[in-house]
Amino acid sequence: MERNLMKGNEALAEAAIRAGCKCFFGYPITPQTEISAYLAKRFRQAGGVFLQAESEIAAINMVYGAAASGVRAMTSSSSPGVSLKSEGISYIAGADLPCVIINVQRGGPGLGGIQPSQADYWQATKALGHGDFQLLVFAPCSVQEMVDTVTKAFDLADKYRMPAMILADGLLGQMMEPVTFPEIEAKPAEKPWATNGHGNKREHNIVNSLYLQPDVLEKSVQDRFKRYDEIKANHAEAEMYLTDDAEIVVTAYGATARVAKSAVNMAREQGIKAGLIRPITLWPFPVKQMNEGTKNAKAVLCVEMSMGQMIDDVKLAINCSKPVEFFGRTGGVIPKPSEVLEEIKKYVGGSK
Amino acid sequence: MAVVFEKPKSLVDIHTHYCPGCTHGIIHRLVCEVIDEMGIEGDTIGVCPVGCSVMAYDYFNFDMIEAAHGRAPAVATGVKRTNPDKYVFTYQGDGDLAAIGTAETVHAATRGENIVVIFVNNTTYGMTGGQMAPTTLPGQVTQTTPFGRDPLLAGYPVKVCEMLATLRGTALAQRVAVNSVPHIKEAKKAIRKAFENQRDKKGFSIVEVLSTCPTNWGMSPVDALKRLEDEMIPYYPLGVYKDDDAFPDKKEVE
Amino acid sequence: MAKITVNFEKCKGCALCTTACPKKIVELQKEKRNRKGYFTAVCTDDAACIGCAMCATMCPDCAITVEK
Repeated sequence: MERNLMKGNEALAEAAIRAGCKCFFGYPITPQTEISAYLAKRFRQAGGVFLQAESEIAAINMVYGAAASGVRAMTSSSSPGVSLKSEGISYIAGADLPCVIINVQRGGPGLGGIQPSQADYWQATKALGHGDFQLLVFAPCSVQEMVDTVTKAFDLADKYRMPAMILADGLLGQMMEPVTFPEIEAKPAEKPWATNGHGNKREHNIVNSLYLQPDVLEKSVQDRFKRYDEIKANHAEAEMYLTDDAEIVVTAYGATARVAKSAVNMAREQGIKAGLIRPITLWPFPVKQMNEGTKNAKAVLCVEMSMGQMIDDVKLAINCSKPVEFFGRTGGVIPKPSEVLEEIKKYVGGSK
Repeated sequence: MAVVFEKPKSLVDIHTHYCPGCTHGIIHRLVCEVIDEMGIEGDTIGVCPVGCSVMAYDYFNFDMIEAAHGRAPAVATGVKRTNPDKYVFTYQGDGDLAAIGTAETVHAATRGENIVVIFVNNTTYGMTGGQMAPTTLPGQVTQTTPFGRDPLLAGYPVKVCEMLATLRGTALAQRVAVNSVPHIKEAKKAIRKAFENQRDKKGFSIVEVLSTCPTNWGMSPVDALKRLEDEMIPYYPLGVYKDDDAFPDKKEVE
Repeated sequence: MAKITVNFEKCKGCALCTTACPKKIVELQKEKRNRKGYFTAVCTDDAACIGCAMCATMCPDCAITVEK
């Protein structure tokens, strides 16, 4: 298989085309703009629609239209832009449409900065718009894993008829790493519900999120949550690293997990029994893995590029059965392995 | 005797939720008559707005999508770009199209997006109970302009056809009304032209239809027709504001 | 020979049809309300109907069918 050195954002874009994505609607924002630039060029050759929208709001609604007509559709943005998309994402979820949204996170709130961040965890996993709904949220930690995640995101979005988000950050989007593109055959699902013209062969389809009767709306939400239960049971993923005998388990996702892994290796070299749990899916959260991986641990250390957003899910996952400590840098500052190691040392050896 | 007038085939045979005398029903029928006559029912995808016509998806027997408030032109763009051989139209009210959705409207037009926009202007937010719309006339009393719309406070109404006619991507910008039989016949011709433009890939076509809201205007349906004639048409003159092929060189581009 | 048929249940009694009839023979009847509570439109002189369909053209509810 061919191995290429590629920037994370460009690799995401190429992976989308190989996953059968037929259209991309986006708006420029740092640090994800390379996705647009790459697709603007590449779709002409590969066959597909690239359109630069007048706003993030328009872009997500173009995705809504394309997804409603049954084609694989994608948009990407960075934190402030994702906030603008949140209205459309709620409608997409309410209308049970599949699509893929990429968030290459930057520092916030407000305009924030343009350096890497993980401060949109709450937004992605808890509140990407109004109403009772969830997105599938994937948190790859390398350019290769981002590539592999795109196909999975499209497939699961199609299967469960819901939006999927790849929650990356400026570090993953901007860095270059070698990647291979696995030979895959894109398999978009049959979409008998699609609004692409009934051809006088079936009843008219309606894509809609409006239900004025409370009992009907309640049922539609409950049906969606039954699908969510199925997803929670089958698709929660995490990487477990040296957790079997770990007395201190570090947990981190995305680019931060790579920093944390270095710190765990440094700790092991110093004889500290440290391990790492890296959630690969943030929703569904890997509850089972979190419990298995911490069974011998005295403490858990959650490391994030934020003021601590995933930490609540970690505590809930293990039902606060162990102390869960936190270390984070925010605003675009990337934690150093040495800093994480210092934190690890605080919580082992009975000092705390 | 033969039937010379009946419900168009592509209009679903159910009772609409519209108030008595609301002219949405006439406009729905005209859209369906045109689509039936062109034989494109199976190839048409409609996009509904938020507003009184929010449930039009139940009335049109084409594939239908319900959009967020103001976003119908963007949703239609997504459908049309990925299904270029299908007919795509939006059906939007004045608040949807000319207030919250202004950006989507203007940019769909300037891109020459090859869609049809049916724009229903009744100078009021009907669904929410009669507040000021972007097209509310100066002096018009609404819930949120209880002393009449004062341009010093609330600014001036938007003249949508005049504005969109300045854009190169607009193929058709025409204002019609549905307050009399001759006006209704003219309105149907305009809608037909808009769909033919889409067939011929001429660009963005908007038909602004002056419509009534007897309930929120606080008048009888018959008096509402008269208000449309006496007050709306002088402010929003009927006529063709633009009729052109936005992409005359498209064959060379292709 | 022409005839209009008003769908009794669909008619909302808005009276727009009455403004359109050139023969002034379409009116709202005052005897019987439909299930929605409206007095509906009727043709008061079948023999005078010319089948022009102007009443049906004005009807927002597709409640009038015209035969000729």
